[in-house]
Amino acid sequence: MIDPMDFLLWTKGPMFDWAIAIFALGMMARLVEIFMLGRKPNYAEPRGSEWGPGFRTILTRSVADAGTFQRAPFNVVIGMIWHIGFFIALLLFIPHIELIYSVLGIRWPGLPNPAVDAVTAITILAMIGALIHRLRNPVMRHISTFEDYLVWTVTFLPLMTGYIAYHRLIDPYPLALGLHILAAEIFLIVLPFTKLTHIFTVFIARWYNGAIFGRKGVAS
Amino acid sequence: MAYPKTLGESLRAHGVSRRGFLKFCAATASMMALPPTMTSAIAAALEQARRPSVIWLSFQECTGCTESLTRSHSPTVEDLILDVISLDYHHTLQAASGEAAEHAREEAMRENFGHYLVVVDGSLPGPDANPGYSTIAGISNYQMLMETLEGAAAVVAVGTCAAFGGLPKADPNPTGAVAVQALAGDKPVINVPGCPPVPMVITGVLAQYLTFGKLPEMDRYNRPLAFFGQSIHDRCYRRPFYDKGLFAQTFDDEGARAGWCLYRLGCKGPSTYNACATMRWNAGTSWPVEAGHPCLGCSEPKFWDAGGFYDALSVPPGNTGGTLLAAGVSGAIIGGAAAALAKRRQKGDEAQRQPVKIDELEQKL
Repeated sequence: MIDPMDFLLWTKGPMFDWAIAIFALGMMARLVEIFMLGRKPNYAEPRGSEWGPGFRTILTRSVADAGTFQRAPFNVVIGMIWHIGFFIALLLFIPHIELIYSVLGIRWPGLPNPAVDAVTAITILAMIGALIHRLRNPVMRHISTFEDYLVWTVTFLPLMTGYIAYHRLIDPYPLALGLHILAAEIFLIVLPFTKLTHIFTVFIARWYNGAIFGRKGVAS
Repeated sequence: MAYPKTLGESLRAHGVSRRGFLKFCAATASMMALPPTMTSAIAAALEQARRPSVIWLSFQECTGCTESLTRSHSPTVEDLILDVISLDYHHTLQAASGEAAEHAREEAMRENFGHYLVVVDGSLPGPDANPGYSTIAGISNYQMLMETLEGAAAVVAVGTCAAFGGLPKADPNPTGAVAVQALAGDKPVINVPGCPPVPMVITGVLAQYLTFGKLPEMDRYNRPLAFFGQSIHDRCYRRPFYDKGLFAQTFDDEGARAGWCLYRLGCKGPSTYNACATMRWNAGTSWPVEAGHPCLGCSEPKFWDAGGFYDALSVPPGNTGGTLLAAGVSGAIIGGAAAALAKRRQKGDEAQRQPVKIDELEQKL
């Protein structure tokens, strides 16, 4: 059996480099392709600006409209909770900030650990709630594909293993930390090739939506 | 070798008072997380214990572990416990040398066969390595360990080199060094890692063995849980600063002077299990983190190869920024090429387009 410390050093060393490489290569390939393919030229005379409505839509579409909320309040609330929780755990936990600083050279203030811990616990519960809803709601279950469950799993595992590592629920600690890092690496590797790409494309798509309406001079 | 004197008698002969002895027993009970009522049981057991024969083997080591044990400024009960346990063989401490020294080891082995303790500090070249990297009296470390282990009741690997290979085993491990437990077979091994280990931990392990006559409860790495059961991080007095997000950024900034957490300066406390934070060093004076230096993680396997001492624990050891840049540029080229290909195909299709008019279609029908 592999030694836990060897496992941790493998996840922090060669495996981390592989994951980062696959993530960066896949994501850049997809984004550059999307931007270069562009959109069909529109020869009609523009009736309004694209930029303002584009950015406004990025914000407005992030909040569900009243109709959507009435039809699916659970989806909206739970979805909001775990998306925000995920980003707090990812971006405001001090060790994560240190990691990002070592790779990108930028850093920002973090949150106290007990706060991140509480957010993580809520996020985990919200994600479990989202999965139960997906399995129990007939429509949701019918339209769910293998990819949906895969994406849920690779998103859930870094949170769960992070919580386990922080609370030292697996012994020895290098194994717990290694599992968390490996889970994050699987997330990075899967990201560019699944609908997880929406982390990057969602705001681009929203901007385009707003921009199209803005150009036509209608409310977005 | 017969030892008529009990430990209690020996201690009294060395001038240790009953009060001093009981204080040591109480401290031992508390550091092993035993209830205070166990103090008298420990005292009674230690009082009656016969001096066990201990053979101390030093292999690829720096003598730091022995220094740690012996360099206290005033003699303590721990020192005396060590003095009165029968150190029948210890390269550094024994008066005998040459043939006489080896003779002492062989005699201790013969007379206490099956009962003596072997304490090892330092790693040793493994069975497949060149034995010439470390020999004593012309005997390879490997041969000496295997011979000595034969009649041992248990083996205590003192220091990270003996417990996990330590510095000699660090990449690229030129001497083929291995840890003691890799060679101990079915002999019980107690690992007491640290570079060096806290002296009280060594004496505590020996005291526990004498008291209960059995091995202590141990973790996955065969470290006694009483001393290695909690991480430095969990017992660190600077932990509240970590939880609040208050960190020293350099060794002389405001945070460092205010005693904030040293995580960003490379502290390995979260992944390190040892007793430094609770027992401290130099008779309880201080310990590395209290002195303003991050924990190096010296009681963990491979601590030499686990990334920079002054890099935060979550920082990967490689050049990840470079990998990210190279992979990103490659990805952009691939994406650009894919888009260019698609556009070219589109243009080609447009060029070959054969428009059909509705009249022509109707004629064909």
